[in-house]
Amino acid sequence: MLLLLPLRLTAAGLDMDEYLFGHVGDSYEWHITTVNGKAVRLALPVIVHSRTSGWHCFSSKYLEDGASYEGFSIAAKGEPYEGKVVENVDGTAVKPLDISITKNVVGLLFNCILLLVIILSTSKWYRRHDATEEAPGGFVGLMEMMITMVEDDIIKESIGKDYKRYSPYLLTAFFFIFISNLMGIVPFFPGGANITGNIAVTLVLALCTFFAVNLFGNRHYWKDVLWPEVPTWLKVPLPLMPLIEIIGLFTKPFSLMVRLFANILAGHCMILGVLAVVFLTAEMGPALNGSLSVVAVCLGVFMDCLELLVAFLQAYVFTMLSSVFIGLSRQEPETRKE
Amino acid sequence: MSLITPDFGLLFWMVLIFGIVFFILAKFGFPVITGMVDKRQERIEGSIAKAREAEERLASLSEEQARMIEQTRLEQSRILKEATDARDRIVAQAREQASREAAGILEQAKADIAAEREQALRDIRSQVAELSVNVAERIVRKDLGTVSGQMELVDRLVDEASRTKPN
Repeated sequence: MLLLLPLRLTAAGLDMDEYLFGHVGDSYEWHITTVNGKAVRLALPVIVHSRTSGWHCFSSKYLEDGASYEGFSIAAKGEPYEGKVVENVDGTAVKPLDISITKNVVGLLFNCILLLVIILSTSKWYRRHDATEEAPGGFVGLMEMMITMVEDDIIKESIGKDYKRYSPYLLTAFFFIFISNLMGIVPFFPGGANITGNIAVTLVLALCTFFAVNLFGNRHYWKDVLWPEVPTWLKVPLPLMPLIEIIGLFTKPFSLMVRLFANILAGHCMILGVLAVVFLTAEMGPALNGSLSVVAVCLGVFMDCLELLVAFLQAYVFTMLSSVFIGLSRQEPETRKE
Repeated sequence: MSLITPDFGLLFWMVLIFGIVFFILAKFGFPVITGMVDKRQERIEGSIAKAREAEERLASLSEEQARMIEQTRLEQSRILKEATDARDRIVAQAREQASREAAGILEQAKADIAAEREQALRDIRSQVAELSVNVAERIVRKDLGTVSGQMELVDRLVDEASRTKPN
């Protein structure tokens, strides 16, 4: 029965590519829902800088459905820079400098505002109350529990004595990733934007960790990178080990970037794929469609629960690995020889 | 596909937004919370240590109390014992003194009695001597008129004298 599905895919009237990438990718407007065949969209500002005509800022509604505005249009499928805003200069598509407020930027902003509200309201409680006299309850208590959990179990344990210097960054990263992951699972506006499943976002996070590790690394760390304690022939004629270590400097944050990006993207794709079954089987008759829909919904619920776990797990893993890398760069020679 | 190539626009906004969020949270968010939590933890640890100390002090205090009671009891029994000893000693002393005094009085009385008797004896003796002189005078006046009477008297006197001499 399931084997028949691929044969019918083309007939299903559902463009799988557009369906998937439309949900996990970025776009210039936020497509919220479709009511009676009419798309409800949130138009977002397009900000571009062209070499020839300078700065342009206009609403994305002028670019809807392949329309052109001030010489700019969204490159159609199959063209170079597919899906991006391009400028038509003498008949050729040129990509301008593009810092548009896209769907992901709005999602990012929203998540960050949520993060700020949550953390600042928690910290406000501590400003207003004498925490040595009373313990918070409710939401503040929950946040305190999570913050102490991250700080005590991850940061303090991995970094060691001067963890206080890094804990604001690591806590920010943890809660940013966690909230973004959770908001990514929420299927309706303003959730659903694939923030942490976007490689630009995870790249910035990984770069932050890279700088935190390498800017504050101590002497012992750099000695270990450039002149590790290995037999001399591994270092002298050909700096084999230093080379490997230097490559390692970059692969560590690279793995952080890819791990978070791939996990979240894969989770989104899985949920979308499972739910696509409902629409793909729509033409196969009510019995098949109904029964497969039940299966798809059950699987979808399961996947959503799994994603909840993954949302926490990936935030935890990112923070823990960052802490471990930072901890390695702060290690003292004495403790290493134990 | 743009999925695996970072988009510059998003990169730019992410750096900006994440930077601002990080700055705000690192300044006003997390350090306040973690600082307070640390402070509270310190306080709790301090309170526990203090409570333990107080408990220990209390335990040592009751120990001290028990020790003091024990000491007091010992002291009490010692004082009692001393008092008994003192009483016994005083009584014994008094008894001894009394007996000594009684003995002294007795001695004195005996000496007095002896002196009185001596006196009495001396008186009686002198009276007897006087009396006997008187009697002898009368007898002598009557009997010494004759030779035989004189002789008889001499004999008897000699006799008596020899008889009483060993006394």
